[in-house]
Amino acid sequence: MESFSQMAWLVPLFPLLAFLLLVAVGRQWKESSAYVGIVATLASFILSVLVFAERIGGQADNYTWNRLEWLKIGDVSFGMGFEINNLNALMLVVVSLVSLLVNVYSKGYMHGDERISVFFSYVALFTFAMLGLVISENMLELYIFWELVGLGSFLLIGFWYYKPEAKAAAKKAFVMTRIGDVGLFIAILLLFWHMPNHSLDFASIHNAFAEKHIAGATATWIALLIFVGAIGKSGQFPLHTWLPDAMEGPTPISALIHAATMVAAGVYLVARTFDIFQASQAALDTVAYVGAFTAIFAATIGTAQNDIKRVLAYSTVSQLGYMMMALGVSATVTAGIFHLFTHAFFKALLFLAAGSVIHAVHTQNIHEMGGLGGKMKTTAWTFAVGALALSGIPPFAGFWSKDAILAETYHSGRWGLFIVGLIAAFFTAFYMARLFFLVFAGKPRTDVRAHESPAVMTVPLVILAVFSVITGFVQTPFNGWFGDWLTQNAGAEAHEGGAVVMIVSTLVGLFGIWLGYMIYVKNRISREIISSNAPWLYRLVYRKYYVDEAYGAVVVRPLKKIGDGLNLFDVYIVDGIVRLCAALVAWLGRLGARLQNGQMQTYGVVMVFGLVLLTLLLVGRRFIDVG
Amino acid sequence: MSETIMPYLTLGAILFCIGLYGALTKRNAVLVLLSIELMLNAVNLNLVAFSKLGVLPSVKGQLFSLFNIAVAAAEVAVGIAILIALFRHKGTVNADEMNMLKK
Repeated sequence: MESFSQMAWLVPLFPLLAFLLLVAVGRQWKESSAYVGIVATLASFILSVLVFAERIGGQADNYTWNRLEWLKIGDVSFGMGFEINNLNALMLVVVSLVSLLVNVYSKGYMHGDERISVFFSYVALFTFAMLGLVISENMLELYIFWELVGLGSFLLIGFWYYKPEAKAAAKKAFVMTRIGDVGLFIAILLLFWHMPNHSLDFASIHNAFAEKHIAGATATWIALLIFVGAIGKSGQFPLHTWLPDAMEGPTPISALIHAATMVAAGVYLVARTFDIFQASQAALDTVAYVGAFTAIFAATIGTAQNDIKRVLAYSTVSQLGYMMMALGVSATVTAGIFHLFTHAFFKALLFLAAGSVIHAVHTQNIHEMGGLGGKMKTTAWTFAVGALALSGIPPFAGFWSKDAILAETYHSGRWGLFIVGLIAAFFTAFYMARLFFLVFAGKPRTDVRAHESPAVMTVPLVILAVFSVITGFVQTPFNGWFGDWLTQNAGAEAHEGGAVVMIVSTLVGLFGIWLGYMIYVKNRISREIISSNAPWLYRLVYRKYYVDEAYGAVVVRPLKKIGDGLNLFDVYIVDGIVRLCAALVAWLGRLGARLQNGQMQTYGVVMVFGLVLLTLLLVGRRFIDVG
Repeated sequence: MSETIMPYLTLGAILFCIGLYGALTKRNAVLVLLSIELMLNAVNLNLVAFSKLGVLPSVKGQLFSLFNIAVAAAEVAVGIAILIALFRHKGTVNADEMNMLKK
């Protein structure tokens, strides 16, 4: 029987077609290129929803198709194919929906840009790669798409390539993620080395690790190296610095790639290869601690940034840390993927709303905004929904997913991580309150005549706002449907005593918002309370803990020095030899030219000289015994 | 056989060397031409000497020398003609100034 799962390979193909079409003839179409992107992602979305609906129905088994042989080396062959299970189906819907909404939104946001068709072709390329990544059937295929999304991200961050910051940010993103990619690649090589039959498909990996064919140090190394890849892609400490810089790209791109989909690919990767991680407690602990540290580290930075998009970027880093922490502490992927799912919606919403604000006031500095709530009603209330969801206030989606994470941490018995999670939640609520009140409340600080964005931009906001409210209810402490469905009842467990966690996390979130309200609206607490009493602390946080500077001193500058040294070698030794050869030949040439003076008599002398020499040789040979 | 070939060959060699020296060193192009004639005649002398006193004496050698003399006469005629043309063109017969082969 034909099922939609069997047709799932079509999902990434629609954006690919759109990309090819736009690359070929998009230049003439200008603004109407947007429709190509919208139609393609709409087709992908509809098919994804059909696949998803089929999975929810529960009749469909996991479907794998891998008969396309891609590469054959000796007895080992690498296939291409696709796999549909509940996790994939969920990701398909998230990616295609956000991509569709971003395409629609971009039609308004990018209106009038010279290279609008190029923009939509890049977005289509990215969407293709991301959807392909999600349904990949083996590690090698996943790696190919993994690099392709990196390429899409690079192209789109550097879309405004005439801005030097954008160019630098694109390069930085490419290089930093590449560090992680090397880890992932080594992990794939190790897997290839150790797997029975050298197979790299996820089903075999699942079996091999479930039956403990690979265990001990090998499993730990593989898991850690995969996690290195995830660190790079998902902006975890210490490779997080590229993500905030990536905000130089157009805002819809920040929403699509650097909030909802690509950066979540790291989390998805860990969830996809969760069997490997479960084989090694050390790897799980690493994931949990790195995630927790990133969560609180980035959240504190977020409180001191002045660029609206950078605050959101650090918030993304912090939330990704939450997801990693959830994967590290729990026995199933439920909590982490649940947060990925809800976060995709409310973070995309926040970015798109921020884009709407930037579109209206043409600045990204939150201190130059203010009082926009009255002029941009739709943007303001959708942003508020996103902010509340991110801050973890019930009944918004973020509350349920964050609560699931905190409950998992609470039940794992790791109090340190639980406390870190709570503190990070407090900072999250605080910086979101700061952002919201500075941008939308109070009086305008500049005389920019802000106006609401067109419907093509606000409608996606409203849709995302709706999702930011309702998606949380698929998994609550009273209703574990999502977890049961996602893990296919593999390790479903009901958590008792979730009420304590719920109340504590809500109180923490409310306290953060109250503090923000007191400081930035009521002015009860001075804004400069930190920066005047402990300026070093403020500067430390404002400069993002000097991570970039540290990398500059530890990595970049020594490498530059080595490069300069090697350059000297090149200039003086290598080039020197080349120049010497050239000079020798030129000198010989000049000698020859002097002989060739056009006088027959000189030529004659040379000839006679040669003849005499030959004769002498011939004659002289008789007297010398040459053996 | 009281006669030996050596004196003839020695004379030929001396003549050839004088001709070669003249051809390579004289500034005047007419003298260069004359020196070449000297070298040719040294060759003729050798041919005649070998035809009479060589290992396989044959009259062919003398025939060749006659042939050579005819060719040399033609060569001188052509050479002089070229020299005159050159003199008209450049106003000199100095071999040093005739370096047009360079170009």
